[in-house]
Amino acid sequence: MSGDILVFGEIRNGELKKVAKELVHGAMTIADGTGGSVDALIIGTGAEAEAAKLAGLGVRKVAVVDDEATANYSPEGYATVLADLVKEGDYGYVLLGATSMGRDLGARAVAKVDGVMFSDCVELGFDGGTVKVKRPVYSGKLYLEIAPTGGRPVFMTIRPNNLPPAAEKDGGGEVARRASGIDLAAIKAIATEIVPLAGGRPDVTEADIIISGGRAMKDASNFKLLEELADLLGGAVGASRAAVDAGYAVQPIQVGQTGKVVNPKLYIACGISGAIQHLAGMRTSKVIVAINKDSNAPIFEKAHYGIVGDLFEVVPILTEEIRKIL
Amino acid sequence: MKIIVLLKRVPDTEAKILINQEGTGIREDGVKFVINPYDEYAIEEGLLMKEKIGGDSKVTVVCMGPEEATEVIRTALAMGADDAVHIADGALSYPGPFTTAAIMAKAIRDDGFDVIFCGKQAIDDDMAQVHCILAEMLDVPQVSVATTFELSDDAKKAVVGRRIEGGDEKIETSLPAVISCDKGLNEPRYASLPGIMKAKKKEIRKKSLADLGFSEVPGGGRSRILKWLPLSKGGECRMIEAEETSDAVRELVRLLREEAKVI
Amino acid sequence: MRSISVLKPVSGSFTQGKEMCIQLSEEERMVQKTARDFARKDIAAVVKESNRDGVFREDIYRKLAGLGFMGMTMPEEYGGVGFSNLCLALALEEISRICPSTAIAVSVHNSLANYIIYRWGSDELKNKYLPRMTSGEAIGVYALTEPNAGSDVAAISMSAVRDGDDYVLNGSKIFISTGDRAGVIIVIAKTNPAGRSRGLSAFVVEPDFPGFSVGKVEHKMGMKASTTVELVFEDCRVPASNVIGEEGQGIQIALGSLDGGRIGIAAQALGIAQTALDEAVFFGRERQQFGKRIVDFQATRWKIADMGTNIEAARLLVYRAARLRDAGEPCSKQASMAKLFASRIANEAVYDALQIHGGVGYTEEFKIERFFRDARVLEIYEGTSEIQRIVISKKILEEYEQMYPV
Repeated sequence: MSGDILVFGEIRNGELKKVAKELVHGAMTIADGTGGSVDALIIGTGAEAEAAKLAGLGVRKVAVVDDEATANYSPEGYATVLADLVKEGDYGYVLLGATSMGRDLGARAVAKVDGVMFSDCVELGFDGGTVKVKRPVYSGKLYLEIAPTGGRPVFMTIRPNNLPPAAEKDGGGEVARRASGIDLAAIKAIATEIVPLAGGRPDVTEADIIISGGRAMKDASNFKLLEELADLLGGAVGASRAAVDAGYAVQPIQVGQTGKVVNPKLYIACGISGAIQHLAGMRTSKVIVAINKDSNAPIFEKAHYGIVGDLFEVVPILTEEIRKIL
Repeated sequence: MKIIVLLKRVPDTEAKILINQEGTGIREDGVKFVINPYDEYAIEEGLLMKEKIGGDSKVTVVCMGPEEATEVIRTALAMGADDAVHIADGALSYPGPFTTAAIMAKAIRDDGFDVIFCGKQAIDDDMAQVHCILAEMLDVPQVSVATTFELSDDAKKAVVGRRIEGGDEKIETSLPAVISCDKGLNEPRYASLPGIMKAKKKEIRKKSLADLGFSEVPGGGRSRILKWLPLSKGGECRMIEAEETSDAVRELVRLLREEAKVI
Repeated sequence: MRSISVLKPVSGSFTQGKEMCIQLSEEERMVQKTARDFARKDIAAVVKESNRDGVFREDIYRKLAGLGFMGMTMPEEYGGVGFSNLCLALALEEISRICPSTAIAVSVHNSLANYIIYRWGSDELKNKYLPRMTSGEAIGVYALTEPNAGSDVAAISMSAVRDGDDYVLNGSKIFISTGDRAGVIIVIAKTNPAGRSRGLSAFVVEPDFPGFSVGKVEHKMGMKASTTVELVFEDCRVPASNVIGEEGQGIQIALGSLDGGRIGIAAQALGIAQTALDEAVFFGRERQQFGKRIVDFQATRWKIADMGTNIEAARLLVYRAARLRDAGEPCSKQASMAKLFASRIANEAVYDALQIHGGVGYTEEFKIERFFRDARVLEIYEGTSEIQRIVISKKILEEYEQMYPV
């Protein structure tokens, strides 16, 4: 296997996911160590139009696959396309985003090439001739630093918002169309429709800024306060499990051990006590602000900034003050 | 219908997990072990499918784990599973996904199957790979993180809903297939007392690696753990206090802009 | 004065090593887990409201029945699961940790209602009532207490006069748990006014028998989600086939069913005490005064030490009594000891736990005040602590009499 790295550039609704640029950054780190090149693969409708976004980051070649067989996501179909390219290009490393697609197709593809895969990495480096990754285990209570052995292709799914995006570089890479090589009729599991979540805000797992509400929100309608602030900052709205269980928010925005794990630049926790299970979902946020009436709430132990106060008083003022400076 | 459910015995999510003295694993004494929470949705879905189809449908639980795993297997039987396969071998210690998948594939392939349900990930290693590798080894389709499952009337296809970023995706798959289950798919039933009573008589077939035809641990030697790392300690929280709430908030905004530089 | 050269063990029960084993079997652990999971999820969801508003949650009861908790010790042929008394005790403790009121119905139904019909009832009675009771269709209750007959069971005056194929019951029973929701009522009444305790008989009464009605509803200090009512019998006609056992066997039945009920209440007390300790520790770890956690003050630590020790001791007494009963060994002394001790330490535990909470412990915001109010009746019902001491001391003296005759 070569020291070349393949980045999977996921597209949804014809748009490249933000994490793809973070993957290129990670790939460059490995390339610095192996002396290899970074290529990319984009599959799906509108792949070619998005290829330039990666080509401009110092990626050598972007393979674009967009035909009838790949118009809709299918785990085995996409995994076959990826595996074929990995074998053909003799790639030693494959990076995907730890998204619902990346985790799914990555694990299928790594089985096809009999490689090894590290899921949900939060850090990666190249040291002593080998790639090393850091990934959470036991629901984020511990971390492992692992390295591959045995000279097989190494797949890594990287959590969004953990690596910085790759910088633009001069001299764009090559974009090459590629046939999927798969027969639509032979595919056994395929996506038939996507029902988007109401709101139109970024997904919590990908958002840079999250305004999150706990049980103190007292009612679903009160989440409007947080939505206003989130929209002002272009962020997402999250919720604690207590808020979701009480029916104030829906499950897809639940942050925590049994919900989503997020890593935004800014996490504002409103009326969230800070139970361990919630912290497991957001403790790696770069800046945590806690607003809570109870000065003894555990969240204050993990926050960077705290205000003891009633969220119904604080949040509207916060929205106003931020509106003034933006 | 032959319904297979994969099971793993893991530490309780509420347990405090600490690294052992040698730094080679976790401290297990005092830690309670339970059924992997996501596997409970798998068991329930298997039972619901069996109840829907009826006839001579059977739910078989397959669990790879130490001797103590019989208790979680018995709980699955008490919930209503019909029988179980318990793969245990002293040579297996913290097996990787390829090892697990290869061993389970052998155990499952011989008996045949119509659908395999499992949890979306095991909450100890959080790898979420076994079901995909297994599907590849068994040459069947896979669907991950299912939150809805609708079997077709002829039981040959299913429409599976799964949560993706920003929405829900529906995947139509033929059966047999491997389906990994997420929270929200169903409400796992309790192990009823009559169920516990009946479980005592249900069969758990023990298999060692040799029984399955392996002369050594398959799929191993793909990675090594360099370090076990605890969580880093946080810093101090800067409490912002002022006479008026509005003053405190203004100060917070200033700090977020000038000091933390996040807005 | 006799010289005691060889001290023999006084209590005969030490010869059976098995009942001293406190390791739970896989089956017992699974029963405990189902009870715990159900209590923490389904019962916890409604416990605050049901206790505040004094509502008996029939839906919770039906779910418990669906899971098999209403036929725990009854054999399969009558729809039960045939589990041990220890399984029943474990289930009662887990339920009591969340809602002691709910545990009352489960305990009385299993240890008294089911048990009495099973042990002394004719095959006809067993086949007629047990399947409906184990399925949860009919809630079983026990009507013994009267205004003038609490501890003094022999003073029961409710009359039951034979008239053709029926008995006609006249009188009233008070403080009957779940009496207003019962499908099956075990009633102890006087069939022979001349004989004192020998004149009592046990009957199975159904709520739609003519002449039966529910009277006054008690408003109690605690255990509010358990209804406590007066049952009124005015020329209530009960078929003679509904006599349990023989006429005149009432006192034997009443006395013979005490042990199970006592173990049940002891298990309930254990659950209350355990919650008291849990709450005390959770609160004590969070709350700070004078720059440190409440739980780091020595005064608090000593309370925690005492609570913990008492709970362990009570647990051993309860498990041992249950295991003796499962082994078919006499267990009256141990059941009484378990009930006496557990009920007392539970009251001490809730008192100390409330103290540890300070001011907020006195408000409804925290659950400790509810457990404090619930605990008080433990030393009173199913045999007052005074009665328990009479039983225990009598048994001890009998043992000494056996080992060291005067």
